[in-house]
Amino acid sequence: MSMPYYVSPEQMMQDKAEYARKGISRGRSTIAMEYKEGMLLFADNASSLNKISEIYDRIAFVGAGKYSEFEHLRKAGIRHADMTGYVYSREDVTARSLANAYSQTIGSVFSQEAKPLEIEILVVELGEHREGNGIYRIQFDGSIHDEKSFAVVGGNAEALSASLSEQYVLSTLKDALQLCRKLLSEGEEDKGDEGAFEVAVLDRNKKGRLFRRINKKSLEKYFKLQ
Amino acid sequence: MSPFQLNDPGSSFHDLLQSQYPQLFLGRSETLPAGSDPQKLLQSVPHGTTILSLRYRDGVLICGDRRATEGYTISERRIEKVFKTDKTSAMAISGAAGPCIDMARLFQVELEHYEKLEGTLLSMEGKANKLAQMIKANLPMAMQGLVVVPIYAGYDLKRKMGRIFKFDIAGGRYEERDYYSTGSGGRDAKATLKRLYRSNLSPEDATRVALEAIYDAAEADVATGGPDMLRNIFPNVKLISKNGVEDVSDETVKTIYETMMSELGGR
Repeated sequence: MSMPYYVSPEQMMQDKAEYARKGISRGRSTIAMEYKEGMLLFADNASSLNKISEIYDRIAFVGAGKYSEFEHLRKAGIRHADMTGYVYSREDVTARSLANAYSQTIGSVFSQEAKPLEIEILVVELGEHREGNGIYRIQFDGSIHDEKSFAVVGGNAEALSASLSEQYVLSTLKDALQLCRKLLSEGEEDKGDEGAFEVAVLDRNKKGRLFRRINKKSLEKYFKLQ
Repeated sequence: MSPFQLNDPGSSFHDLLQSQYPQLFLGRSETLPAGSDPQKLLQSVPHGTTILSLRYRDGVLICGDRRATEGYTISERRIEKVFKTDKTSAMAISGAAGPCIDMARLFQVELEHYEKLEGTLLSMEGKANKLAQMIKANLPMAMQGLVVVPIYAGYDLKRKMGRIFKFDIAGGRYEERDYYSTGSGGRDAKATLKRLYRSNLSPEDATRVALEAIYDAAEADVATGGPDMLRNIFPNVKLISKNGVEDVSDETVKTIYETMMSELGGR
């Protein structure tokens, strides 16, 4: 009879974390950033499979890592939000409750399943005023971080966060877009290819559902402005 | 939509509600307590009345009066029966007010839910079919008298035209070419629509035709509310074109009615 190997819980968690980190580090990055009249979501993403999505009136979702896994979470989030909004009212849907639900789910997968989720996600909310804005970053093990002003997820997150904390200022949408492009194009060979970006905003000037995608054409217009 | 995977509830909010919160689901069948008189019970439920829709040059117009009745009593003077359901469509409701408004709200969520999950809009045809299924699911309630009879109107972005759909309580879905009206004053409104309707009406003319139809319905039907100049309550009118759903303001409606009534005199 073969004996099962003993692996200490500590070792197991470490191995899982390493595995998840490796998976996430292979992907490209996405930046979420406050600007004067809203929240900008800027992904380095050339494919038509979205990394950024609308969840509810004032809430958006960003996924990094393995597409199939965060897509599953994105859909679960929309179901949770729409159900809450239908049973109670639209204003009762909050990013904090959603971020907590995500954290619980991802956390229990990490501790109970053999394979951890290779993902990192952001739940972003635009408040009525700037003080009400929220950026929640949730990692592969379910740990949740309440970020201020900006957050980065994906392969190059650490380096980008470091440069952002030096260069970030609360600015107009145009300046925010240009800063994001500059940061995400650094060290890339296909510089200036606007088709490779997926961009959306939560726009305070809109009413009702604030999420709006910025397509390639209007993105180029913004980049041409001086 | 049938689930693709075993544990995937699909992209329909209506189905999600049915599987997760059956107690909130509209079509649940509940038996009335023994000895209760359904007819009497129904009279204590507010009912919405006259609604209409007609096509015009840029799309489609949808309109409803503002009265709800409980038997012979006016229960509500300012009820709204026309709801924007998404960017380019709206529904008007007649029947038992509670289930009607609930269905409009559920249908709004249904369309938004699908759009967010799938990243694309349903076709006009697809939306009308989904609404028909929701009405069909309501059949057990309809058999007890809680009837929901909506008109669904929208701008079809593919065919580049306004479209009008009517429904029966069994979930039948029929498309109307030019105009349609239903509810207690629906027949009277339809007579006016038939008399005044022309194809390619301007938005202003279409609004006037719709308002005159409601006016005539209110003249002949007690359950339909006409313009209330004293309290400033006017029928709701929405114009739907490729640019979206636009409300016609109360001031505009008031001006139209003032002109119309002075022209009509005591007729």
